[in-house]
Amino acid sequence: MSLHTQTIIELREQLRRGEVSAREVTQAVLDRIQAVDDRLKAYLWLNPDDALAQADAIDRGSKDQPLAGIPIAIKDVLNVIGQPCTCGSKILRGHTAVYDATVIRQLRAAGAVLLGRTNMDEFAMGSSTENSSWGVTRNPWDLERIPGGSSGGSAAAVAGHEAIAALGSDTGGSIRQPAALTSCVGLKPTYGLVSRFGLVAFASSLDQVGPFTKTVADAALLLGVLAGHDPLDSTSVPAPVPDYQEKLNAGVRGLRIGLPKEYFIPGMDREVEAAVRAAIGQLTRLGAEVVEISLPHTDYAVAVYYLIATAEASANLARFDGVRYGARVRGADVLETYAKTRGAGFGPEVKRRIILGTYALSAGYHDAYYLRAQKVRTLIRRDFEQAFQKCDVIVAPTTPTPAFKIGERVDDPLQMYLCDIFTISVNLAGNCGLSLPCGFTAQPKLPIGLQLIGPAFAEPTLLRVAQAYEQATPWHTERPAL
Amino acid sequence: MNYEAVIGLEVHVQLRTNSKLFCGCATESGAEPNTRVCPICLGYPGVLPVMNAEAVRKTILSGLLIGCTINRYSKWDRKNYFYPDMPKNYQVSQYDLPLCLGGAVQIAGKKLGVTRIHLEEDVAKSFHFATTSGVDFNRAGTPLMEIVSEPDMRSEADAFAYLTALKEILITGGVSDCDMEKGQLRCDCNVSVRPVGQAQFGEKVEIKNLNSISGVRRALEYEIPRQIAARGRGEKIFQETRRWDDDAGKTLVMRTKEYAHDYRYFPEPDLMPVTVSDAQLAEIRQQLPELPEAKRQRLVSQYGLSEYDAGVLVATAVLAQFYERAAAGSPNAKAVANWVMTVAEIHLSPVQPQHLRELVAAIDAGQISGKQGKDVFAVMLATGQGPARIIQEKDLAQVSDPGALAGYCSQAIAGNAKSVAAFKAGNLGALNALVGQVMKLSKGKANPQLVSEMLAKQLRNT
Repeated sequence: MSLHTQTIIELREQLRRGEVSAREVTQAVLDRIQAVDDRLKAYLWLNPDDALAQADAIDRGSKDQPLAGIPIAIKDVLNVIGQPCTCGSKILRGHTAVYDATVIRQLRAAGAVLLGRTNMDEFAMGSSTENSSWGVTRNPWDLERIPGGSSGGSAAAVAGHEAIAALGSDTGGSIRQPAALTSCVGLKPTYGLVSRFGLVAFASSLDQVGPFTKTVADAALLLGVLAGHDPLDSTSVPAPVPDYQEKLNAGVRGLRIGLPKEYFIPGMDREVEAAVRAAIGQLTRLGAEVVEISLPHTDYAVAVYYLIATAEASANLARFDGVRYGARVRGADVLETYAKTRGAGFGPEVKRRIILGTYALSAGYHDAYYLRAQKVRTLIRRDFEQAFQKCDVIVAPTTPTPAFKIGERVDDPLQMYLCDIFTISVNLAGNCGLSLPCGFTAQPKLPIGLQLIGPAFAEPTLLRVAQAYEQATPWHTERPAL
Repeated sequence: MNYEAVIGLEVHVQLRTNSKLFCGCATESGAEPNTRVCPICLGYPGVLPVMNAEAVRKTILSGLLIGCTINRYSKWDRKNYFYPDMPKNYQVSQYDLPLCLGGAVQIAGKKLGVTRIHLEEDVAKSFHFATTSGVDFNRAGTPLMEIVSEPDMRSEADAFAYLTALKEILITGGVSDCDMEKGQLRCDCNVSVRPVGQAQFGEKVEIKNLNSISGVRRALEYEIPRQIAARGRGEKIFQETRRWDDDAGKTLVMRTKEYAHDYRYFPEPDLMPVTVSDAQLAEIRQQLPELPEAKRQRLVSQYGLSEYDAGVLVATAVLAQFYERAAAGSPNAKAVANWVMTVAEIHLSPVQPQHLRELVAAIDAGQISGKQGKDVFAVMLATGQGPARIIQEKDLAQVSDPGALAGYCSQAIAGNAKSVAAFKAGNLGALNALVGQVMKLSKGKANPQLVSEMLAKQLRNT
């Protein structure tokens, strides 16, 4: 069996037993990238020599760290010292990171080999990776289709076996949605579980870093490395990290699975709905109890999200002004330099959101938009609190449709925003969410994702349900023909 | 028509902390440009702030010193505007829930209200060269406390007194060095005028760029008459921001209301709200320096000063501190106080506090006369030398040796038969003329008290 198609856990055993070296694993993945990335365009930047040097360093050591010798791809939104960090934006063309994000330091300490930078929607704003300044990433299952977004490069890299695992970031669904559309496992941790230090902010109160993996067990392993309190991130929670492996195989018997009636809506793709309902049947057969729940403020989630996320983004992206780093387009004075730099540096979707967020915070509109949105956000959070009185995990589709064709929605931002209709609420409430493969459409064969949503810090339960489902189904074993 | 000014001040004070408000960079000033910086205070992509607890403690302490209510739940907000000295193009500040609310600063005869104190990050410093500009980010992120006053001041003298008192309180509290040369205390001034007797405020003008307490006074000395003259001519005053040009001695328009910033404040999502517990508050209260009123009482009882003298000393914290150093261990602390208050701002002069104690001792011991004491003091003021050295160098020491004085006395009696006769006839005042004669003969060094006694004795015995 070739090395690049394997999981972290499979490779880790062979690495520890000395059956294979970190260099061999890294080389296998680099070869795979060489072979397919011309078609997938998952990577923006790669440094094979550096990756091999990291692997060699691991080979010289004991390999008892949790990720020793495992090649991992990094979304272009996380700072890795000495590597470019452009966030998919022209405005950061030529910018080199001057420090390591906390999650990167954790990966290094765990023995991971950092492969390179994956493509993304500019500043994580998008659901298709079409908003990247550096070109479109293709869905490994159908090269005419988008891989989802904004972490489309990381999703495509894992689905296309161009990385054993990858890191992404999820502000409104940017890990779960591309994971669903490419048949990966994608986890959005509870807000505060994983450090955001070094993650270039889109919307600070919603952003979380999380893993893309080929299996649920790999997600549990990688989450264990990423999670934990970081004194550099004041919003990270000072609590001990649970052992995510411990109850992974405990099964779902006795667990209550909540079905939100608002998530099975007209207009949802029939095959997606059928696959999700079949998955619920599967979980029932495995011993879970199904209860209907209600999340009554679901209808407002997209509107609330596009006010709060854009308001925060309008401030977060203000620093890209050409004064200290990144691209600069000179003007006659400093104001013109700002205007020209930002005018040339940001793409249309980023500009749209900055304008929207600026408007939502402006004098005279602040209360009607930003403040009202915060109040509704509280109601959405309460919806979940009440729902979790009745159930342990909520099950829902990750996306309303499978991957669409490149270019199909670029001119219709609203249609694009609806891609995240099932994922956005989880970020607004600060809960955890996971997407895992639950089938394929018939013709063409496109992946479908099942979303599991848990209360804050319920990742152990989420992973346990996901593991039970994965073990009982074949979907995760299917890989795209490239 | 008579007009009066209404003045409110926004005072920015750099706190004395080792590190910046949201990162570990040193706050020292005077370093080479852009050497006290890191990705956090430069606003690099992906960085996050971590609050400096000492800055919060010092802000709370400042609030307690001027009688503020401490908000047990306070939070951070982002103030959005683009400027090259703002690394993130937003400033982390406090909008609707500042750390301290209410309070007052006492000046002579008046209590001037303080609306609020909040904490924020300082900006960088811009430099303009012939064809380019540069930004030094060393200052960016320094903890900056903003103290907003009520519009309680009515004259430039009020403003000057308020700022002077506030500065003393902050220095006493160890909150800031308030070194204006280093920009550690900066001020924006809101001023309007209205007809005397009118309750409603006039349109206010904000004056920026005031970097010294005397600068505030000069700016107001210009701006208040300017507004009154304009009103007198029937002109309207418009809400605007002006800049004080100290060289020209004028305020100049910076921007009018139409160009006022919309700062789009919203809660800073990267920081948790600040909660102040009972225990924290109690701990800070224990560290409070002695407040002025308590100190006044203590000076009266401990040193036997009058209420008035104690009040004068306490009004200037550093002066009181100077006095207490001078009076330490002196058996005549009251006389020491008189010397301290002989000149204004003795604490800024070269005079050493212990030298005043020595001066009082020299006079009390009869080593020099009170009159000579004044001469010695004048030299101390000019040179900073101690009284012992001055007395020795000037050969001022009083002659109190009867053996050395007897000759002068005999000489005076022999040469002034008229005065001797008058004294013997019962005119006791005639003795003064003889004493004067001895003083003259001794070149002023004779101890007059002793001479007087010796002459009287000698005359009665002859």
